[in-house]
Amino acid sequence: MHGSVPRFAELMEEFERQVKTGKMTNPTLSPKNITPEPIIRIIEMHKWFGEFHVLNDINLSVNRGERIVICGPSGSGKSTLIRCINRLEEHQRGKIIVDNIELTNDIKNIERIRAEVGMVFQHFNLFPHLTILENLTLGPIRVRKLPRSEAEDLAVYFLEKVHIAEQASKYPGQLSGGQQQRVAIARSLCMKPKVMLFDEPTSALDPEMVKEVLEVIMQLAEEGMTMLVVSHEMGFAKSVAHRVLFMDYGQILEENTPVEFFSNPRHDRSKLFLSQILH
Amino acid sequence: MRSTEEFRPPVTSIGAIGWIRQNLFSNFFNSLLTLLILYFLCRTLPSFINWAVIDAVWWSDGRTCNQINGACWSVITKNLRFILFGFYPYEQQWRPVLSICLLAAFIVYSSFRRAWNKHLPIAWLVGLVLIGLIMRGGVFGLPSVETEKWSGISLTLLLSIFGLSAAYPFGVILALGRRSRLPAIKTLCVLYIELIRGVPLISMLFMASVMFPLFLPEGITINKILRAQAAIVMFTAAYIAEVVRGGLQAIPRGQYEAAESLGLNYYQKMRLIILPQALRTVIPPTVSILISAFKDTSLVVIIGLFDLLRTTQVTLSNPEWTGFSTEAYLFAAFIYFMGCFVMSNFSRRLATKQYT
Repeated sequence: MHGSVPRFAELMEEFERQVKTGKMTNPTLSPKNITPEPIIRIIEMHKWFGEFHVLNDINLSVNRGERIVICGPSGSGKSTLIRCINRLEEHQRGKIIVDNIELTNDIKNIERIRAEVGMVFQHFNLFPHLTILENLTLGPIRVRKLPRSEAEDLAVYFLEKVHIAEQASKYPGQLSGGQQQRVAIARSLCMKPKVMLFDEPTSALDPEMVKEVLEVIMQLAEEGMTMLVVSHEMGFAKSVAHRVLFMDYGQILEENTPVEFFSNPRHDRSKLFLSQILH
Repeated sequence: MRSTEEFRPPVTSIGAIGWIRQNLFSNFFNSLLTLLILYFLCRTLPSFINWAVIDAVWWSDGRTCNQINGACWSVITKNLRFILFGFYPYEQQWRPVLSICLLAAFIVYSSFRRAWNKHLPIAWLVGLVLIGLIMRGGVFGLPSVETEKWSGISLTLLLSIFGLSAAYPFGVILALGRRSRLPAIKTLCVLYIELIRGVPLISMLFMASVMFPLFLPEGITINKILRAQAAIVMFTAAYIAEVVRGGLQAIPRGQYEAAESLGLNYYQKMRLIILPQALRTVIPPTVSILISAFKDTSLVVIIGLFDLLRTTQVTLSNPEWTGFSTEAYLFAAFIYFMGCFVMSNFSRRLATKQYT
């Protein structure tokens, strides 16, 4: 958070200017880039951890090409929500439909959905016993059944995209945090997913590395990737998100465009939250 | 002008004197301990060396041995072929020797990092089959030798190597089953592991050799060695299962989640991501279990099989050589030590591999 303060200052100025003139300077935020078909639909979803009601009546529809940032205090259920989408957590009531496949206990459906939904974790979760290249080619070879040479070409392409191609034969333990996270992003991209989920991708990084990872995510955004990002990086939310969701106590309290959300928060809780981070 | 004389560290802190000071006399308690141990060695070592080397005889016969005060290593040298090979036909004993040399060659080859690729297990499998064929005979004009005649070190190595090779994958499967979410599989694995760990190996060998044939229909007998082998495999697998389960628990949840989020199924996730890391982590306790299993093969004496220890005992029952049990058992201990040393050395080199 501390390292994002300089960005805040610049972005706050830009933001004020946009609000004043009513103009959006980021072309990818235009609604023309969003196709009207929803790729994720969550209908009246509830989840309990034992007795604790962690997700309460979640209703959400995400269209292809849309970018959503989910923010809120800790314990609000943000990570649990996106983990339900690829079945890392199981929901008890309601429906989740991803790419027209309903998420049930059927393992075949779950695996098909997981191949289309990429996930980037807070603590990277690279496989330490494989080289970077092997980390990336594992999914395409084993799940997409690509031949090895094709998978390696794909891996090298995405490694170059995240500007880390020279590290291909190293092991994750030899890379810095920012480099590992970029490799993790490339690993998910190699599966050519339709949706990318980001679970606090920069929370475990120091400020300098936060910048390099956010730049990669923004590049993905410009290319039209559908993404759900749980993040505390408010500057990132402002410049990249089509919608901002604010969650607390397992409920989506407010859902709005970034411009509206940051200038006119409606819910009291969101006002409190924003006042504390935007001092 | 300043002196350009080099300053060397004080003589008491480097070289031999420095080593002695640091390792033997670093503080009062250690110095006391060093002196006590030196005293103990001075009292016992000269007489031991006297007995074992200076006064010892190496090639004489039993009667001469009775007349001297030193160690009688002739009990080993005169009976070496029986101690090592037991009842294996005398003229064919080059075959166990060849098998042991092949095994040693395989072990040395496997200890080099460069050999560790996916062809290695297949090479081992082929090697073990080859060794089995050489020992068994019946092919290539070699006279056949039934497994009942295999004794001495051949039996010990046979029971150990085939036993451990079978017990390891069995143990891994038990560990995975114990962590399963399906209640039937989990209960089965828990019951198996807890029952087996609750009984000593001896009782399992008894059950295998005495009780098991009672349940078989008339006329069907299962090879005694096979029964002993099964008991050893079942026993060792339970212990390996618990160790592997510990390793599986030590893998962070994030690894499981990353594998799942890529779309890998259970089998792929375990084989490619989790087990390679888990098994590498638990190499030290696994090798401990394997070393114990190697030594536990001596228990088959209970069911009448002639492993290395039993052939040693039989040698001593010969009136010519009775009374020299110290030398004979020291030799047997030495052989067991060599086997265990090789295994723990191997494990130490496996365990130091870093992901670099």
